[in-house]
Amino acid sequence: MKAGSNLEKILTSGKFAVTGELGPPKGADVSVIERKANLLKGNVDAVNVTDNQTAIVRMSSIAVGAILQRMGIEATMQMVCRDRNRIAMQSDIFGAYALGLRNILCLSGDHQKFGNQPTAKNVFDLDSIQLIQTVKLMRDEHKVLGGDEIEGAPAMFIGAAENPFADPFEYRVIRLAKKVAAGVDFIQTQCIYDMAKFERFMQMARDRGLHEKIHILAGVTPLKSVGMARYMKEKVAGMDVPEEIIARMKSAGKEKAREEGLNICVEQIQRLRQIEGVHGIHLMAIEWEDAVHGIVERAGLLPRPQV
Amino acid sequence: MIIAEGKPIKEILAMIDDYDKIIVAGCKGCVTVCSAGGQKEVEILSSALRLARKAQGKALDIKEVTLERQCDTEYLEPMREYADQYQAILSLACGAGIQFVAEKFRKQPVLPGVNTQFIGVTEEQGVWTERCQSCGNCLLHQTGGICPVTRCSKSLFNGPCGGSKAGKCEIDPQIDCGWQLIYERLKELGLLAKLEVVLPIKDWSTSRDGGPRKRIREDLKI
Ligand code: SF4
Ligand code: SF4
Repeated sequence: MKAGSNLEKILTSGKFAVTGELGPPKGADVSVIERKANLLKGNVDAVNVTDNQTAIVRMSSIAVGAILQRMGIEATMQMVCRDRNRIAMQSDIFGAYALGLRNILCLSGDHQKFGNQPTAKNVFDLDSIQLIQTVKLMRDEHKVLGGDEIEGAPAMFIGAAENPFADPFEYRVIRLAKKVAAGVDFIQTQCIYDMAKFERFMQMARDRGLHEKIHILAGVTPLKSVGMARYMKEKVAGMDVPEEIIARMKSAGKEKAREEGLNICVEQIQRLRQIEGVHGIHLMAIEWEDAVHGIVERAGLLPRPQV
Repeated sequence: MIIAEGKPIKEILAMIDDYDKIIVAGCKGCVTVCSAGGQKEVEILSSALRLARKAQGKALDIKEVTLERQCDTEYLEPMREYADQYQAILSLACGAGIQFVAEKFRKQPVLPGVNTQFIGVTEEQGVWTERCQSCGNCLLHQTGGICPVTRCSKSLFNGPCGGSKAGKCEIDPQIDCGWQLIYERLKELGLLAKLEVVLPIKDWSTSRDGGPRKRIREDLKI
């Protein structure tokens, strides 16, 4: 065990993991977190807490992560490279560990241009792969960058994201391999709608033996409407939504759209489970946390294993 | 070269509001090439300022001059002859030139007439684009001659990030993804294996982060 987190235990014991996601509030209201967290509790093995996602100012991912831990829910803190330099990042990792956090997801971070602070100065002192290296150095060699010894290593289970649908497609597996070389333990992918393309990606990952070195969790997001499907396809960077899915959402009509979105999501999970090297799913029900229980149950993934 | 762009006339008018005798000083270096602060721009700006001030009913006496360079002491010297007769100097050189004028001419305020933007190239007539952020430790040999610090919107060293789509950057469909360019170039050169290596954490101390920079060549000093 590297960190001994629940997520690590589930994955290393060969069980199929389910992780969820929680977006912190745009303010200091703790009740929002508690409401969302209670909908996720018991349905997932760990909850990702986003770090000022889309560059919109929200409560800190570490603070929210600590609140979740207190509620008995395991958190995965996301950390982006956009807002902090290596001094602040390493310091925050110490602090997060001290507050009980055991999983970290290392991300580049969305550019601030589309957030609510477009005139901010960005940092990007490290990139996401270098952040993985840094956390690993702290955990395994008990050092900070530059080589100084540390008092008490933060034993974090290290994750990263991968978008199999970004371009250039042939390069995505090379980048995954770089993350593996940097020392990542698990990967959560961007939400998958184009199953065939994802299968090709997984084939390429298996060809390199990457599926045996790390745990890949496939990202899924239930669609709420045909509008959302179209928006994801056209507006969200690096997202592929096949016409077939858009057509299904459309023919469901307004009334039944949500139901059809959930059906598609459950079917996707079932297909993803069959893919060799997929060790779990990362369920991102954006502002739709009350759908999580039903999806996980219908996918036959409840109750969550106790390890 | 250094690319700059003329400041809006309104902003300049506000800067010179208190003065009725100014020098508008252009530079024959980079700002001439990028059409921001050469002799032509000095002329155009000066007449625009005169007209605007006339409309305000306030006289304005402008001395127009375009120096060989504003970033070298020797080329600034000729301005000594008449500088004291003017209340302010509006420089159309890059930020370095403007500051150098301000250092050498201490009796009157020196004002910026342009916004200095970046180190770049003339991509085509009338189009300039950024190429270098002067990080002080060039790594172009590792990235196919394309700078990730500058051309990637997030200055990533191990891109492309998940936002790269159809060759464009997530921040703007008009902006090329720097890492897509690097990928294509290395592919073209048969050097894709370079992309398998994790580029190390950068030492930013050679960049502006290490404080204002200075270069000395003892052998050239007199
Ligand atoms: S690596 Fe540094 S010096 Fe080289 S082009 Fe990029 S910013 Fe300029
Ligand atoms: S899309 Fe390309 S250029 Fe834009 S931030 Fe990502 S890697 Fe950099």
